[in-house]
Amino acid sequence: MEYVSPEGLRLDGRRPMEMRQLRAEIGTVAKADGSAVFEMGNTKVIAAVYGPREVQNRSQQISDQALVRCEYSMANFSTGDRLRKPKGDRRSTEISLVIRQTMEACILTHLMPRSQIDIFVQVLQADGGTRSACINAATLALADAGIPMRDIVTSCSAGYLNSAPLLDLNYIEDSAGGPDVTVAILPKLDKVTLLQMDAKLPVDIFENVMGLAIEGCKAVSNYIKEVLLGNTKQLEYRRGL
Amino acid sequence: MLQSNTFSRKTKAGRIKKEVREIYLRDDIYCGASACKTCLASTCRAPLDASSPLLILDTNVLLHQIDLLENPAIDNVVLLSVVLDEVKNKNMAHYNRIRALSTNPLRKFYVFSNQFHKETFVKRMDGETPNDYNDRAIRVATRWYQTHLGAATPVLLITNDRDNKRRASEEGISADTIQSYVKSLGQPELLDLLVHPAPESEDVTMEQIEDLRPSKKQVVYQEHKPMSEITLGLHRGIYHQGKLRVNRYNPFEAYVGSESIGDEIIIYGRQNMNRAFDGDIVAVELLPQDQWHEEKNLSIADEEDEEEDDVHLAPSSADDAPRTTNLVSGSATETNSTPSRHSGRIVGIIKRNWHSYCGSLEPMAMPAGTGSFTSALFVSKDRRIPKIRIQTRQLENLLDKRIIVAVDSWDRQSRYPSGHYVRVIGEIGDRDTESEVVLIENDINSRPFSAQVLACLPALPWSVSSEDVTNSIRLDLRSLCVFSVDPPGCKDIDDALHCTALPNGNYEVGVHIADVTNFVHPGTPLDDEASQRGTSVYLVERRIDMLPKPLTEDICSLRADVERLSFSVIWEMTPEAEIISTRFTKSVIKSCAALSYVEAQARMDDSRLMDPLTTDLRNMNALAKIMRQRRIDRGALTLASAEVKFQIDTETHDPLDIGMYQIREANQMVEEFMLAANVSVAKQIRDCFPSCSLLRRHPTPTREMLEPLLRTAAAVGLDLDVSSSKALADSLDRAVNILQRDDPYFNKLIRILATRCMTQAVYFCSGDLSPPEYHHYGLAAPLYTHFTSPIRRYADVIVHRLLAASLGIDKLPSVFQDRTQLTSIADNLNYRHRNAQMASRASVELHTIIYFRKRPTDTEARIVKIRSNGFIVFVPKYGIEGPVYLTTRGEKGSGEWYVDEQQQKIVKMDNSLSYSVLQTVRIHMEVVGPQPNRPKLQLTLIF
Repeated sequence: MEYVSPEGLRLDGRRPMEMRQLRAEIGTVAKADGSAVFEMGNTKVIAAVYGPREVQNRSQQISDQALVRCEYSMANFSTGDRLRKPKGDRRSTEISLVIRQTMEACILTHLMPRSQIDIFVQVLQADGGTRSACINAATLALADAGIPMRDIVTSCSAGYLNSAPLLDLNYIEDSAGGPDVTVAILPKLDKVTLLQMDAKLPVDIFENVMGLAIEGCKAVSNYIKEVLLGNTKQLEYRRGL
Repeated sequence: MLQSNTFSRKTKAGRIKKEVREIYLRDDIYCGASACKTCLASTCRAPLDASSPLLILDTNVLLHQIDLLENPAIDNVVLLSVVLDEVKNKNMAHYNRIRALSTNPLRKFYVFSNQFHKETFVKRMDGETPNDYNDRAIRVATRWYQTHLGAATPVLLITNDRDNKRRASEEGISADTIQSYVKSLGQPELLDLLVHPAPESEDVTMEQIEDLRPSKKQVVYQEHKPMSEITLGLHRGIYHQGKLRVNRYNPFEAYVGSESIGDEIIIYGRQNMNRAFDGDIVAVELLPQDQWHEEKNLSIADEEDEEEDDVHLAPSSADDAPRTTNLVSGSATETNSTPSRHSGRIVGIIKRNWHSYCGSLEPMAMPAGTGSFTSALFVSKDRRIPKIRIQTRQLENLLDKRIIVAVDSWDRQSRYPSGHYVRVIGEIGDRDTESEVVLIENDINSRPFSAQVLACLPALPWSVSSEDVTNSIRLDLRSLCVFSVDPPGCKDIDDALHCTALPNGNYEVGVHIADVTNFVHPGTPLDDEASQRGTSVYLVERRIDMLPKPLTEDICSLRADVERLSFSVIWEMTPEAEIISTRFTKSVIKSCAALSYVEAQARMDDSRLMDPLTTDLRNMNALAKIMRQRRIDRGALTLASAEVKFQIDTETHDPLDIGMYQIREANQMVEEFMLAANVSVAKQIRDCFPSCSLLRRHPTPTREMLEPLLRTAAAVGLDLDVSSSKALADSLDRAVNILQRDDPYFNKLIRILATRCMTQAVYFCSGDLSPPEYHHYGLAAPLYTHFTSPIRRYADVIVHRLLAASLGIDKLPSVFQDRTQLTSIADNLNYRHRNAQMASRASVELHTIIYFRKRPTDTEARIVKIRSNGFIVFVPKYGIEGPVYLTTRGEKGSGEWYVDEQQQKIVKMDNSLSYSVLQTVRIHMEVVGPQPNRPKLQLTLIF
């Protein structure tokens, strides 16, 4: 199948190096300490953060740092078909783990010993790249909750189809069976905190694809910073400062 | 700007699913006109000429008039992406041809992605059919072009859809049909290329042409079922889907390999085939069992008058052999009670396999007026294709020409499909024309290499540089006495050998193969071209190279006394030919002699010669003999084929003499070491890359396939054991004529018959099959590949790359990461390989006819098959096979002769005469011309 036309356009009219439209909103769950909705094209996820709070299960308490927990799930209605089991399957468990590890790496957990931070992410609409969208949403929600972090984490995926590196795969491109490289970075520290790929790729091409994904992450981080800044300005305005 | 596209789609499981897809609308898609000021055309290709009229084509024009579009008279064309998408869905072959046009720098074709352009995007309206939607999108894009380019550039929408044309006119867009546009160009020869739409379709017909077919519109064929009904029928198991394969030797019989039945369904007659062509994907309905046909194919002649079996080259494998043979099985009573094979009727065609065909027009009287349209019947050279009706203005020119014709439609009322003329190849009977036909029929690209391909060649004159010699990956073997042994006059020498005695009594034997991959790099145009061609093609009078001539004949060819780069396999062998160690390396060699088989043989036989080269030859020969014996003991088959060799007049290129190809010990020696090299390399690459190696396998023939051989053997009192290749090899060795002891050719004849029962070996990607299936039956080798002829086979180039990667010399090209791509390469190689063989055979057949044209000959022949009105004979001396009729045509089955199935005999009613299989008969061979310009070889029995 042709994923990039000879004119250099993808199936949805993007060029290979272009991302989908980003949209973010902070404070969508009033009861949570921090929350956000993040959209990449038709992929839409919501994240809610509770904490830092007292550890619910005492046996899990860590004396010198905070306990970070993460739960990823997909809404029953997130894909066209009704999902039978929205959470608890292997895929969800794996993504929960990935998100927890990624977020743990940037949260300054040593500042909050004997406490617990819960991150809930749910996919409302799935169209490829849910993993990246969840990490971006979680970053926003953590920032909204005011949890101390080293840097914001941003994530983006890239793939390689029809001999061309493609940024930010949508569902059709994702299910083409080609490699899908998901990268998360700490943009200010310029460090990679997550790198996943589920296919084989020659090293030189892999470096290109990963480079493209990192560029994508930087673009996401610029957008997230803008959103956070806008949000802070609004808070400032509300306080009447 | 963001838009979304919502539509419903049916999933594989049959459920309806709603899909939502985003569409990003852009403002950076350019109009493609060179003079356009608004578009920043400098960044991209702008082929369109804004000063002359622009053409925008509707889908129906692209789908039906592709031959016309390829004519340079049609130019300055905008191809809309919405149109291209529709073409792609409906006909991939046409899509590829159109894409080739759009990338051709000489043609002014531009692809405009109208669906993603901000101003030409059209949102689907509720209840709008896809066709209406596309038409609307085309009109919107046309209007945009009109306003965008202004009044200076006329924009013309060309559509054959009446509705679309009307609406366009209403909206103020200038629209025209292709017919009237072509007429306005004033080039009458273009009109022949036009396809005339079928009258019942809603497209605009060409009113000017009256229908010359018989006015009685009687329905000849049954209606094709609509697609929805076919899908339902397939789902319920009433219909069966498969690819139709028409019998090459009897066009009224076809097979559909059906997965749902797990067997082949036979389709008899044009009625049941219901307008399907060879290669079409069809839906078949099984006939009730009492209508399952009996073997009609026992007779050589066909149910319709004009076609008949031709004399042809003896088949060399089961793939070439006539399919009718395997049905003459069993006793007559058995087949009468329960016909064993499913027979069916085609109810619908799922996918057409129409392309263009080579052939000539049926001779006919010239109509009174010239220059007007006349109907003519076209007869394809490929007998599987029915006659095609075409309309032409230049009948007088075409009658004695080979022409190419494409099929357009076949409606229920007409006996023959209708098509249109594409181009002339040349005069019938002319050798060059007929060779060209052979090439076209077998889809062989004989065009000269393009400039991009030639640009990949190293600068000439080329010689081994000092860098090559000092390169650490290359072993300097220039000091060794390396030589090559090939057929006389061979210019593409891709293998050379050496053999030195080691102090410890062992031998070091090296096989050196031209290092083609040093010059052909993956991803270059040169590599793409070679991969497409797949193999060099050897015709009797010419060779069509896979790689450009400088590479084939000079840079890669391991000629004598020049330094060349090679890829070497070096073994240490004991005098008992046991391999102690194997080494692979790139090397530099300097061949000291390029011998022919005859020369090499003469050197070995001449006991006075004691020079080092001859000693090496003798040592190698001794080793080869042991290796060969060991291979035979393992169960490798010594098969035989009736290969013939022409002597060609150097001036006229006409054949002077034909004879059997003689095989000498020297041939076998070289063959043995090549086999050994291939096996060693196969092991190496398979160990390093278990899932992406390119190997070659030869499937074990089933008992069913060997059935004709067994029956023939049984008739002459021979018992063959076919339980394994070893058993078969042994029983073939023992095969002697029991009835007639002094028959030297008998054993070879049996071997030839055995060979043609087997299928050919094929290339495959090792990841696609499980290891037991890798087996090569004919060679009795668990692993085999092709490594030794990279100049003329692309498979070897791939294997060279794999081997280099396994040694860490090169990186593995990215193709190998992608199994589907590798599989498709292997499929293409098999296809090309097979076509190359077919072309070689066809070329030999052609030259046989030329040879016998002036030389009617009497010769000996062997009966290989019994039919109800005669038998098929094989002429060993010329390697050809053909029918001999005992009864004259027309009075077949008159009862004068009857066939004894058990004994494989045809006996005269009064028992005065009988002919049995494998019997020697004398025949007379002569070229006759029953129809003008169509010579054919006729065999008659001499009593």
